[in-house]
Amino acid sequence: MSESVSGFAQGGADLELVGVSKQFPGFTAVDNVSFTVPAGSFFALLGPSGCGKTTTLRLISGLEEPTSGQILVGGKDVSSTKAHQRPINTVFQSYALFPHMTVLENVAFGLKQRGVKDATQLAHEALLLVELDHLADRKPTQLSGGQQQRVALARAVVNRPALLLLDEPLGALDLKLRRQMQIELKSIQSEVGLTFLHVTHDQEEAMTMADTVAVMNKGKIEQMGPPAELYELPATRFVATFLGQSNLFDGVVSGTSGKNVKVTVGKLTLEVPASRTKVTSGEITVGVRPEKIQISRKEPTASATRSVIGPGTVIDTSFTGVSTQYVVDVPGLNKLTVFEQNDGDIVAAGSKVWLSWATEFSFGIPFDTEEFVESDTTTRSLAVAKR
Amino acid sequence: MKLGKYLLPLYGILALIYLMVPIVYTIAFSFNDSNRTNIIWNGFTLDNWLNVCDAQGVCEAFGNSIVIAVASTVVATVLGTAISIALVRYKFKGRAATTLLLFMPMATPEVVLGAGLAAQFLNAGVPKGMLTVILAHIMFCISFVVVTVRARVAGIDPKLEEAGRDLYAKPSQVWWKITFPLLLPGIVSAALLAFALSFDDFIITNSNRGAVNTLPSFIYMAAARGIPAEANVLASAVFILAILAVIITQVGGEINRRRLKASA
Repeated sequence: MSESVSGFAQGGADLELVGVSKQFPGFTAVDNVSFTVPAGSFFALLGPSGCGKTTTLRLISGLEEPTSGQILVGGKDVSSTKAHQRPINTVFQSYALFPHMTVLENVAFGLKQRGVKDATQLAHEALLLVELDHLADRKPTQLSGGQQQRVALARAVVNRPALLLLDEPLGALDLKLRRQMQIELKSIQSEVGLTFLHVTHDQEEAMTMADTVAVMNKGKIEQMGPPAELYELPATRFVATFLGQSNLFDGVVSGTSGKNVKVTVGKLTLEVPASRTKVTSGEITVGVRPEKIQISRKEPTASATRSVIGPGTVIDTSFTGVSTQYVVDVPGLNKLTVFEQNDGDIVAAGSKVWLSWATEFSFGIPFDTEEFVESDTTTRSLAVAKR
Repeated sequence: MKLGKYLLPLYGILALIYLMVPIVYTIAFSFNDSNRTNIIWNGFTLDNWLNVCDAQGVCEAFGNSIVIAVASTVVATVLGTAISIALVRYKFKGRAATTLLLFMPMATPEVVLGAGLAAQFLNAGVPKGMLTVILAHIMFCISFVVVTVRARVAGIDPKLEEAGRDLYAKPSQVWWKITFPLLLPGIVSAALLAFALSFDDFIITNSNRGAVNTLPSFIYMAAARGIPAEANVLASAVFILAILAVIITQVGGEINRRRLKASA
């Protein structure tokens, strides 16, 4: 091999994106994105179809060239290098296993390209890691979807890349296998200690697997942080609606009371802890997660620490086993969603109820009309349309 | 009801006989102890097979046909494969026009193509001979190569090549280790098709060959005064070789399939 690929580390390397943009004729797929993935961490890039997350991944792997910005791996700028020169490997959504090679040849491919001596031995070890060494002589088409997925993972991990990219690798698996693979992936990651960057549109997958989640929308990163932080304190309307459900009230800041910001919503006044809102004047949206709300048949007393709205009417009750989901119509407000833990007392549809929650759970976000709307276009169909 | 049961096999057998008669005739008469004409059966002999090059011009024409077919197959396959990849993978100006142009030789009557080419060579002052025949054959073979290989290229997931790049393969290595092996079955069948088309082409060849004889043109000329038995020998040999090639591929494929099944 004349050209050497440098930067292989045993423990992975930092990845840093500095103001990276990618423009395609007619639209901007990635818009001035910056973030850092520390070595050895599991980072998830989460967003709906067409948000630019796969393009970001392709920029990092070198399969696309950024229009502007820098990509650094282990502190070294790799922006101008080609895909085959980067110490980065990808697990593709469609696995992309070479159909004319055996499982073993597939796994050994990267090592042989780099001229590693004991390629076959290392490939066997990688196959042992994913528990598929007994199928080493088969062709990929003779394996099940889950097995192919594991071969694809072994083919990437065996190179001990500074950074491993996962492009929705679990998308084609059924739910049960998906959960199982999520756990396996996570344990392999901690075993080999590589830096993982996982791209997905499945918020549950991102939250269960990643140390840090970045929510992406329309080519930009909306918010980044540990999963719990993103869920408890979303920064934008998009994050509040894409990552789980939220009850949102659009209003205007009308003053302060103690440590809280007072917000007028129609005829109602709600309070948000000043520490949980970046907006302190003008238009604001107040939010609360459905499981934080308590439903009661009698009016609870409102206080500085407890927000109360009502009375409203239960218009739908759906029992899901662990919890009961209510849809409550409060005059003058949107329809609210409430999750109550299943304690045996189910409020019937048509009942008159009050809703209350601890004010410390409220969050304030800038008023915005951008909301996540579920659509049936898949990432793949969008990618095809782009081409 | 009973009748229908026998009608189909009968029809099948008759159709097969109809197809086989000329071939059997050709092979049988390659063993004919003919003197001047090879129309009447004069008795069995191996002389024609043993002294195949004795008849004037037969072997030379056969050799010319082989050279022409090999040369045009190689060039047409290489160019056709490259064109197929370009047409499937890239969007460029004139892509639709290129596709149309490629279908033209297939749609145009051979007489027109042959005469048109002959006129062009005359205008350009190119002397007719092996070169003009090869050029003409490359032209119409490319169309068939593109049609065959293009389907194969479209069937290859571009992600496989990206995976190769991702796994440290340089562009040339991606081609030789991933794209080419995956395209190979398509390329081989395209090459076989091109060879067959070139080898037995008569109409286009005849307008552009000048004084050079190919096997089809030799047989055509000889037909007027009686085809020598040596021509039958060559035709039979080509037929037997082709059948052998088919049998070998079929048996090889079956062995491969069984081995894969055994390992699974």
